[in-house]
Amino acid sequence: MSTTPEPQLYAAREPIFPRRVQGRFRNLKWVLMAVMLGIYYITPWIRWDRGPNLPDQAVLVDLANRRFFFFFVEIWPHEFYFVAGLLIMAGLGLFLFTSALGRVWCGYACPQTVWTDLFITVERWIEGDRNARVRLWRAPWGVHKARVYLTKWTVWLLIALATGGAWVFYFADAPTLLRDLLTFQAPPVAWITIAILTATTFFFGGFFREQICIYACPWPRIQAAMMDEDTLTIAYRDWRGEPRGKLRQGKLDPGQGDCIDCMACVNVCPMGIDIRDGQQLACITCGLCIDACDEVMDRIDKPRGLIGYLALSDETHEKAGKPAISAWRHVFRPRTVLYTVLWGGVGIGLIVLLLMRTDLDMSVAQVRNPLNVIMADGSVRNAYEVRIRNMHGEAREFTLALDAAVPMDIVLEGVPDLTVTVPADTMLNQRVYLIAPPDSPAASAQRTDVILRATEGISGQAIATQTLFNGRGN
Amino acid sequence: MAGDDKKQDPTASEGVPDQANRVAPPERQYPEPKAELKRKVAAEPPTTGHVWDGIREYDNPMPRWWLWTFYICIAWAVIYWILYPAWPMVSQATPGLLGSSTRGDVAREIADFETRNEPWFERLNATPVAALREEDDLERFAVQAGAAVFAAQCSQCHGAGAQGVQAGGFPSLLDDQWLWGGTLEEIHHTIRHGVRNEDDPEARWSEMPAFGADGILDGDEIEQVVEYVLAMSGQSHDEDLAAMGAEVFEWNCAACHMDDGSGNTDLGAPALNNQIWQYGGDRDTIRHTIYYSRYGVMPAFAQRLREAEIRAVAVFVHQLGGGQ
Repeated sequence: MSTTPEPQLYAAREPIFPRRVQGRFRNLKWVLMAVMLGIYYITPWIRWDRGPNLPDQAVLVDLANRRFFFFFVEIWPHEFYFVAGLLIMAGLGLFLFTSALGRVWCGYACPQTVWTDLFITVERWIEGDRNARVRLWRAPWGVHKARVYLTKWTVWLLIALATGGAWVFYFADAPTLLRDLLTFQAPPVAWITIAILTATTFFFGGFFREQICIYACPWPRIQAAMMDEDTLTIAYRDWRGEPRGKLRQGKLDPGQGDCIDCMACVNVCPMGIDIRDGQQLACITCGLCIDACDEVMDRIDKPRGLIGYLALSDETHEKAGKPAISAWRHVFRPRTVLYTVLWGGVGIGLIVLLLMRTDLDMSVAQVRNPLNVIMADGSVRNAYEVRIRNMHGEAREFTLALDAAVPMDIVLEGVPDLTVTVPADTMLNQRVYLIAPPDSPAASAQRTDVILRATEGISGQAIATQTLFNGRGN
Repeated sequence: MAGDDKKQDPTASEGVPDQANRVAPPERQYPEPKAELKRKVAAEPPTTGHVWDGIREYDNPMPRWWLWTFYICIAWAVIYWILYPAWPMVSQATPGLLGSSTRGDVAREIADFETRNEPWFERLNATPVAALREEDDLERFAVQAGAAVFAAQCSQCHGAGAQGVQAGGFPSLLDDQWLWGGTLEEIHHTIRHGVRNEDDPEARWSEMPAFGADGILDGDEIEQVVEYVLAMSGQSHDEDLAAMGAEVFEWNCAACHMDDGSGNTDLGAPALNNQIWQYGGDRDTIRHTIYYSRYGVMPAFAQRLREAEIRAVAVFVHQLGGGQ
């Protein structure tokens, strides 16, 4: 042991300086980046009129009052199954997109990818393209390097601050919170949230970058298990490219493959990998190597697509010289159709539920300690805690009534008649007594089924709940 | 692989430990990695020297992030020892520079809630007792606060659901019969001063004679009046004895329980002509009550609770279903 030198097992991170690239996928990514950042920053500022008693912010997570507002939808805590349904849809959507297009989420839509892309773009604006950045990186520290790096970090920090700053607007009225932030009157939780998200954005986008994808994220592990031979991923057509070699006097040798080993695909890769090694865990399928390679193929008059979206099943096909199966046939296959049907089914179910739900809800909880009370005249009384949820922008009056096959009285605690007023968008707690006259069927029986009904005064909208009446049981 | 093992070594599946028959699993043959892949592999790491069924354990160093987390935790622990109570000494732990104490935290939290409740308590004290349920927000506070006080101070006798305990003579607070009156003011007075205690001159006080034990009525008269009380509440009884009992009742009982047995809340005399019994309404229990009398007591809560808390409990009891 002592004679052999200790092998160095720590592989320090090699910094990656992706080169600028132009092409179809790069353009698509620019558009997607603009759309997604736009959605993220603009959404909290969209207004939506819900009447005088409710917030006018289109998308608002009101943690203090336990409400979630999404345009015309208002979700109460007891309707959390909508969120569960959305999570199921997100899961099925992951299955669908991964089985059809591989890690398309990672490459185009993941916030880590989008913000890293933005940070790299800023880096390129300030420091120049790949070669300039590598040079600056290797240069000894000096005034120039410090100035450029500080400028870069400042811009990054501002972007990070805007990112963390935008997040908190989803949880409070955006204009009010912005005013409070500018006048330093915002609640501490807002500042802490902004600070944490600013820090994570700054470090994740500026420094950790691909390491988050490779070491921290479970997605690559999960997704690798969900791909099959029909999944479209990015691949290098080695049967076309190999044996690779440099151009000799601007020409390819006859025995040479199409790959001229120009390293363009490696230099543009934000993950710092060589796609020619094959599909691998670190590849987020962002498509930039396709753009880079296509550009080179154009220049050396070779057909595009040495690197391209390819399914595993196409490999043997293409190696045998047959044309590739069309991408549509890879995407539409029983597995993806099944996922789409399930995904759509859950989605339609949620929409139907959303349209069917009323803005009125009632729950009845019987007081069981004691089960009943014998009154002076021998009648038997049961008590119920009734909760009426008025999920409406205005206060409404409800009249409570009783449906029972046997004689029984209904009385409300602290209310002279049977009508209660429930303020806008609140839940009312009202104790209700049912009284069975002495020696009546319900007073003597062990249990009697009864139905409590609440009817809205103006619209006549009603809701009923079945419950039990506990008699003396003799 | 597991299946292969079983085929090669039938004894293993039967659980017979026979080292001699153990067949070593075949060495797995991995294809030589391609040259371009190989260049990324740093070196073959050393092993610990342990071998299990041909599997060797690499002696890899800890991941660096893990190691650093470990060091930071150690540093954190040292700082924690200095700032917070940490090392147990003879009488107490080292106090720490920040003077943190969980008991102090609890005391602070209680004080904080007290301060926040103070305006409500002041409102409770400032509002006339009879009007305590007229303002919605004040009533809501009183019911919540009263429920907490009830659970701590009253439920031991009156039950968690306030249904009372007949075996102990603790009255139910849910029904519509009251010994000393069921208005907010009467309930408030009863809670404040209690029943039959020497501590409070204003305590509710009445005392039924022990008609049998003190020799006021003889055995026959007691039997007669028992039947009469049964008759008043509509239970099965002996007609003849009850008729004789009417006279005994009129002379001995009606002064407090009234002629018709409807009771008198001024005197704390319960109604006898209804279906509610504090101690039980069967023949034996009624006889026992008349013979030995009853002497239920309740503490004066003015000496235990603040006025605002008493008012809150009064509101809570009043809204249980029997308030008048």
